[in-house]
Amino acid sequence: MSAVAEVARFVTEPEARARPSFLGVVRRHSILLIGTVIVGIVVTVTILAPLLAPYDPTVQSPGGRLAPPSAAHLMGTDQLHRDVLSRVLYGGRLPLLVAAVSVAISFSLGTSLGWISGYFGGRLDRGLSVLMDAIYSFPSLILAIAIVAMLGPGLLNMIGAIAFVYIPTYFRVARAQVLTLKEQEFVEAARAMGGTHWRILLRHIAPNTLPAVMTVPSFTIADAILTEAALSFLGFGLPPPTPDWGFDIQNGQKFLQAGYWWLITFPGLMIILVSVAFGMIGEGVNDLLNPRRRRRI
Amino acid sequence: MGALGGLGRYIAARLVMTIPMLLILLTVVFLILRVMPGDPCLAMLGGRNVGPEVIARCRQELGVDRPIVVQYLHYLLGIARGDFGISIRTGRPVLEELFQAFPATFELAASGMFVAVFIGLVSGVIAAVRHDTSIDHGVRVLNIASFSMPVFWIGLMFLMVFAVRLGIFPVGGRLDPVAAALFEPITNFYLLDTLLRRDFGLFLDALRHLFLPALTLGLVVSGFIGRMTRSSMLEVLDKEYVTVARAKGLVERVVVLRHALKNALIPIVTVIGLEFALLMGGAILTETVYSWPGIARFLLVSIDARDFQAIQGTVVFIAIFISMVNLLVDIAYARLDPRIRY
Repeated sequence: MSAVAEVARFVTEPEARARPSFLGVVRRHSILLIGTVIVGIVVTVTILAPLLAPYDPTVQSPGGRLAPPSAAHLMGTDQLHRDVLSRVLYGGRLPLLVAAVSVAISFSLGTSLGWISGYFGGRLDRGLSVLMDAIYSFPSLILAIAIVAMLGPGLLNMIGAIAFVYIPTYFRVARAQVLTLKEQEFVEAARAMGGTHWRILLRHIAPNTLPAVMTVPSFTIADAILTEAALSFLGFGLPPPTPDWGFDIQNGQKFLQAGYWWLITFPGLMIILVSVAFGMIGEGVNDLLNPRRRRRI
Repeated sequence: MGALGGLGRYIAARLVMTIPMLLILLTVVFLILRVMPGDPCLAMLGGRNVGPEVIARCRQELGVDRPIVVQYLHYLLGIARGDFGISIRTGRPVLEELFQAFPATFELAASGMFVAVFIGLVSGVIAAVRHDTSIDHGVRVLNIASFSMPVFWIGLMFLMVFAVRLGIFPVGGRLDPVAAALFEPITNFYLLDTLLRRDFGLFLDALRHLFLPALTLGLVVSGFIGRMTRSSMLEVLDKEYVTVARAKGLVERVVVLRHALKNALIPIVTVIGLEFALLMGGAILTETVYSWPGIARFLLVSIDARDFQAIQGTVVFIAIFISMVNLLVDIAYARLDPRIRY
């Protein structure tokens, strides 16, 4: 059907304009829905851990040490008689909290710096861009390790380190958007109407950068969860006995050669589940906000 | 001006650009390690039972009692002269330690990258050729899953299945412990050294030790390359010259590999370059899981020992290495795409 015919049909046939069916929406955005449902379940389970966990995750439970999965301990127990299922349920609190808070920080800092840098240009822009490129080019995990190594382990230091390494991602996306937007006619019009720089930037340009910027957080949260897990695995997280997926895998590593597979398998599966789910949300949001743009690499 | 002259000029321009980039990267490293709250001497000695005079002496030795600008210049000059300080843990120059550990990391990173490129290219091309079939969907899901998995967890799972349960591969290290004790490395690239020593059995042993770490590291990076290959191939397969090649009656394999893939490679090379940073981060975790004695392990041991000079030296070393890789990628990019010029 030609474009003209399509438009004609759209104008004359009301049902062509009708909202797409519920099933159609579900099918088209299935990836977003599945991701959201998984994240929703994991977050709920994590928050409700005190109600759901069969045992206290930090104290000995009856049933012996390093017991394989059984009816009493669905995921077995660790070397200190602790219930692995309970630790897995509680273990998401730290990674999810750290990822959410640090991504919120890098989102706000990176995006605002990107707006300012892209809009005002000049020396500030050149300086900031080179700085951000330099940070971006450096392996984020090694950077985070270096920061935590200098500041010492701890919740706030870990959040700070992870927030720092994702700032350039937001900066780059926001800045690139501002650069194309500020040449457009509506910005020209706003300027002609006497809008101040800040007003133009915040009221006219910034909101239009959001569709592109909003595709980033799910991906960075997925990555931040992996970074948190890696930092905890390497021993830069909170001290024991705090349950944490990454740390529990490090603990289980010691018993790997003896064949105690349940200590590392379950926390790892949870990390993958959450990370994949956030990745799916990212893909879905991307399809939703930028339907015509090609999939991000 | 000939094509090579253009490329030569490009390389020269790119080399000149690398210096300010590296300088900024080194400055960021300096700021993180020195200016952030946290005194290296307190970090090293704090919590241990030492008097204030010991900390004062440490500050003097590291030069952290001097004004920050002086420290900064001292730091840059040291790097320029190849002086990375002395490791308090081993008592040897940090650079010497790094040069000794680097071949292990390089061997791991290079073979990991080889695995990643191989899996990525093959899966990406197959997905693109079988566009929108279940094979395509399967490959895409696997790609997303591959970079959502914690590197260290995959490593541990491989160890559990292939080393502990099946016993096909060793649980860690670069060589069999007995052989390693007798082996005298030449370059510390074990694959090369075992061949130079004409010990083919030992070469196979080194290969066997390298297999799981390289596979672990490669799998994680392969997802990005596979994704990029797929989308780049899809774009190219739509081009008219591909249709022409098919119309000429060329075999499909020739069309896909020679006409399409060659042109699709340009954006893929960029991704490969960008993923090198990811690869180095993954190498830290892979080295930890497989007891691989590379620079990442050196870094972690140094952090544990609060060996400040060694920590700083390792991070600087990685920064320089990454800059060099980026430079090489840009040159490869310019060679592949004659349109790129300054």
